[in-house]
This record gives sequence, C-alpha cells and structure tokens, in this order.
Amino acid sequence: MMDTSRSPSEASGFSRKLAATIIIVYMVVTLIPISWMVATSFKSVDSAISYPPEVFFEPSLEGYVNLFTNRSRQPKDYLDSLPPPDTWYEELVRSREMVITGPSKFLPRYSNSLIIGFGATFFSVFLGSLAAYALSRFKVPLKDDLLFFILSTRMFPPIAVAVPIFIMYRKLGLGDTHVGMIILYTVVNLSLSVWLLKGFMDEIPREYEEAAMIDGYSRMQAFFKVVLPQATTGIAATAIFCMIFSWNEYAFAVLLTQFNAQTAPPFIPTIIGEGGLDWPAIGAGTTLFLIPVMIFTVVLRKHLLRGITFGAVRK
Amino acid sequence: MKSAVKKFKGLSDKAIAWIFIAPTLILLLAINIYPLIYAIRMSFTNFYANKIGREVKFVGLKNYKKILGKEEIWEKMQITAHFVCWTLVLQALIGLGLALLLNKKFKGNELLTTLIVLPMMLSPAVVGVFWTYLYNPQVGLFNYVVNFFYDFGIFDMIGSSTLAPWSIVIVDTWMWTPFTMLICLAGLRSIPNYLYEAAEVDRASKWQQFIHITLPSVLPFLLLALLFRGIENFKMFDLVAELTSGGPGSATELASINLKREAFEKWKTGYSSAFAVILFVTIFGFGNVYVKVMNKIKDR
Repeated sequence: MMDTSRSPSEASGFSRKLAATIIIVYMVVTLIPISWMVATSFKSVDSAISYPPEVFFEPSLEGYVNLFTNRSRQPKDYLDSLPPPDTWYEELVRSREMVITGPSKFLPRYSNSLIIGFGATFFSVFLGSLAAYALSRFKVPLKDDLLFFILSTRMFPPIAVAVPIFIMYRKLGLGDTHVGMIILYTVVNLSLSVWLLKGFMDEIPREYEEAAMIDGYSRMQAFFKVVLPQATTGIAATAIFCMIFSWNEYAFAVLLTQFNAQTAPPFIPTIIGEGGLDWPAIGAGTTLFLIPVMIFTVVLRKHLLRGITFGAVRK
Repeated sequence: MKSAVKKFKGLSDKAIAWIFIAPTLILLLAINIYPLIYAIRMSFTNFYANKIGREVKFVGLKNYKKILGKEEIWEKMQITAHFVCWTLVLQALIGLGLALLLNKKFKGNELLTTLIVLPMMLSPAVVGVFWTYLYNPQVGLFNYVVNFFYDFGIFDMIGSSTLAPWSIVIVDTWMWTPFTMLICLAGLRSIPNYLYEAAEVDRASKWQQFIHITLPSVLPFLLLALLFRGIENFKMFDLVAELTSGGPGSATELASINLKREAFEKWKTGYSSAFAVILFVTIFGFGNVYVKVMNKIKDR
C-alpha cells in the first residue's frame, strides 16, 4: 500500500530534526537557572559575587559548611591563640578569620520538612484511598456535588483561610507544632488524593473484588486484600504528589510556624551571611532541598500529567 | 488487622461507604469550611487578631464598602490582572509551541520532556529566592546574559518599579510553561491519525490541517491548562513573596501579598477577612463562568 500522507507525528526528517534542535535549545536554556544554583553551591563566597559571573571556578565546599554551621568573626590574635583546627571544615572557616560557634538550624528545618511531609502524605493517602474507594464503587447520594466540593477546597487562597486557622490553632495549642502542620497539609492534600485515587480505582475492574467476595471475602477484606494491592502504582504516584506538595508548601509554613515546626522553604531565604545574602550557602540549601523533588519527578514521569490536572487528563 | 476486618464483616455497603468517606469529609469541614465560615463572620466585624482584650464590634458591610471603594485595592487588582494575563498568554503560546514540536516524535523525546518539566515541580518560594540572585543588578547571571546581547548597562529587574512586574512574569513563565506544554501534548496525542489522512486525501494544506484539525482538538486541553494556571496565579503568593515581596513600593503587590500584609503585618483581621471573601468569590465566579464557556467550546 502506498501511503504518501504524513501526519504531524510522522513528520519528515528535516522538520523532525529542526523540532529536536529547538527543543534541546529550550531544554538547555530552561535548565540554566537550576544548574547555576547548583554550581553556586560549590563556589566560594567571593567567586559567587564576581562579575562577569564565573562559569569555571575552583570548587569549594564553603557554601555547605556555611549552611550547616553558625560562625562568628574573630580578631586575628584570638585566632592565633587557638589550637590548630581538627577538621577540614574548621580549617576552611578559620581561613575566613571566623570560628564555628555551633550547628545551624538547617538540619532541624530539613527534618521538620521530612517529618511533616511524610506524616501528611501518609494520612492524606490513607484517608484519600478510603474515600476514593467509596466514591468509586458505591452509590453515594450527591456524589458529583461531593466530588466538586472536595475539589473546590483547593480554590481558596491559602492566605484567606490562614487567619482563621491561625486563630483556631492558637486556641487549640496547635500553632507552630508538627501535629498542627501535619493535619493542615493532610487536609490540603486530601482533594488531590481523593480525585487521583478515584481515577486509579475506577480503572480496576470490579470483577476482581466480586470474584473475591464470591470466594467468601467480606467487602472490607476484598478492599484491603484485592483492591489496594491492585492500586499500588496509583497509590505510590499519589503519595509522591502529596509529598512534593507538602515539601514545597510555603504560605502556611511561613504564617503558622516559627521556632519549633518551621519547614525548610521559609528558612532557606533567611540564610544570611555577612553583608547580605550568603549565596553559596543559599545555593547549597536550595540544592539539597530540590534534589529529592527532581528525583521524584523522574520517577513520576508517567503519571505527571494526571497528577498536575487532578486526574482530569489521562494518557 | 484481622480482628478489625472481622468486626466490619457484617457491615452493609452503605455503612462502609459512609465510614470511608466520613473522615475526609469531617477534616475538610473542620479545616477548610469552618475557617471559611469563620472568615466570613469576622469580615463583618472590626476584629484585630493581635488585640485580644479589645471589644469586637459588628460593623455590618463597612469592611466591604471600604475595600470596594478604595482606589488602592483596584491598583492591586490591576497588578494581579497584569500578572495573570501576561503569564497566561506567554504560557499558552510557548507551551503550545513546545507541545507541537515535541509531538514530532524524535529520539530522546521522553527524556527531554522530563527535563523540561523540572522547573514546575520545584518549591516556588525557593525558586523565588534563587531568582533574586540571577536578577542581581551587580552579579546576576540574567543581567549578564541580557547585557551580552544588548548592552543596557546596569539595570535592576526587582528594584525598578517598571521592570519588577515583568520580573515575576518571566519567572512564572519559566516555571509553569511546562504545565501547559504537558497538557497540550496530551491533547495532540489524542488526535486520531485518520483525520490527517482524510485531510490529505482532500488536499488540505498543512496550514489548513493545523487550523481545522489540530487547533480545535487541542483547544479544550489548552483551556483546561489555562484554568488551572489562572486560578493558581490569581492567588499567587509564595513565588512573588520571596522574589519581590510585593516591592518596590507596591509595584508587584498582588492581591494575596496585599492580603498577607493587611492580615499578618497590620493585623486588620476583620478588614482582611472581607478582602479574602471578595477574592474567593471572584475566583469562584470567574472559575464557574470559565468552565461553562469551556464546556460550550468542547461540545461544539
């Protein structure tokens, strides 16, 4: 059969090459800001503020040392009176005429992000999968309204509900606590998790549970032993989306947490060195903070579309 | 586990349905709806959250009248509209363009898509911080690159009130263009090949094929992407809070940024609640009209 027609997806060699070139150029340009931040994290403070910007530089771990420590500047004769530094990072700090006064808050903030992120992800996926199963399989009155209601909670500007939540949390003693933030992020994630998981569960044939129930399983057993294992991929994808959201969230974190439960996003901008912002340290914090998300994105790539549209668009 | 499962064994499907949905519903009501009602109630009072002992008075619609009559608020709305419109236009054009290119299946297509998508998954606040470095007038890479192509001398994207509104448009477009791109790509991939084959038989030109087949098929997808982006950018807070924090002066003070200043810096709780309600109603109203229009286009 002779087929001279060409659909756009079977474009000619030249136009395909042209498209690939443009896309590669775009990819390179769009990744420059991220790569620049990673590069900056390995620069010395002086190199980070040199102009023209240095593309080739001598790598230094100063940014990472500054990120994890608090330092104070000392007069030269005091530094000379100190015993020689024990570790490479002390030596690095000493060479800037400073001494390490203790660990910085970065690690506690980072672990807050982890604790709150994992906690909120667990609860939103657990509760979300229960609700999604019920909405997927049973006749629920006003089902569509209920689903729309669940989605509409995402339309509130976070700041709009932040004030009442702030007052409410103050009364309940939940302000600036991990529990408070886990509850809050669980709720914010619920809409996404219910919508996504309902989509995934709709795709699991009902026949599976029906067969199990004929074999003597109760509805509950069928749910836990047949449906949930079938939905593993969907649950994993949903969990990653919830994790990324909690990880990245800023508005509630900056308004509702301060000393105890503050997460990394409101903290990173406050890493200030002498005379302005300590760019290598901010670069280091940013790099350590963004790497998990980038890995997750690559893992998620097949489900990305579904996640970002609340399941509205599936491939 | 086993005993718990046994205990539920006798439950009817209806009971299970409610047991499964109830926790979600209760949490949403407690942490989303209750605060919203609380905010609506506060919007009719002169409450200040930092003055606890002070008597709270019911002031009726005074807060609403004050907001709607204030010229400053309309300025904020204009700033927000500028941001929303430009980001939507740029993201629609570039996103669709990239999707059309990616749809020509070439090698490494999927890897490139994943790499291009990266910016949109990052924390907006952290993105805001590192762009302040790129925009730095003395040492910023952005300024260096711009000056490399045309020498403007020293310019300050964030510090100048004429450039600052564009600085946030640029960063948001950089970050979220992949979003429209991904959704448009899904739309393009859903177009069946036989439509183009039929068009070839009818001797339709490439351009005619694009106008009569590609564009109408991809339009509902593009509109959906813009709905999501529109809502998100109307309530934009995190990225701009860290990038320009509304400045210089109030050149980039979007609605949400202004709301935060009123609510958490001036502690005008009653007044800011009224503003929050107005914003919410606006988003909801626009959203509903948009969805209606979108469905009409889809049905056509």
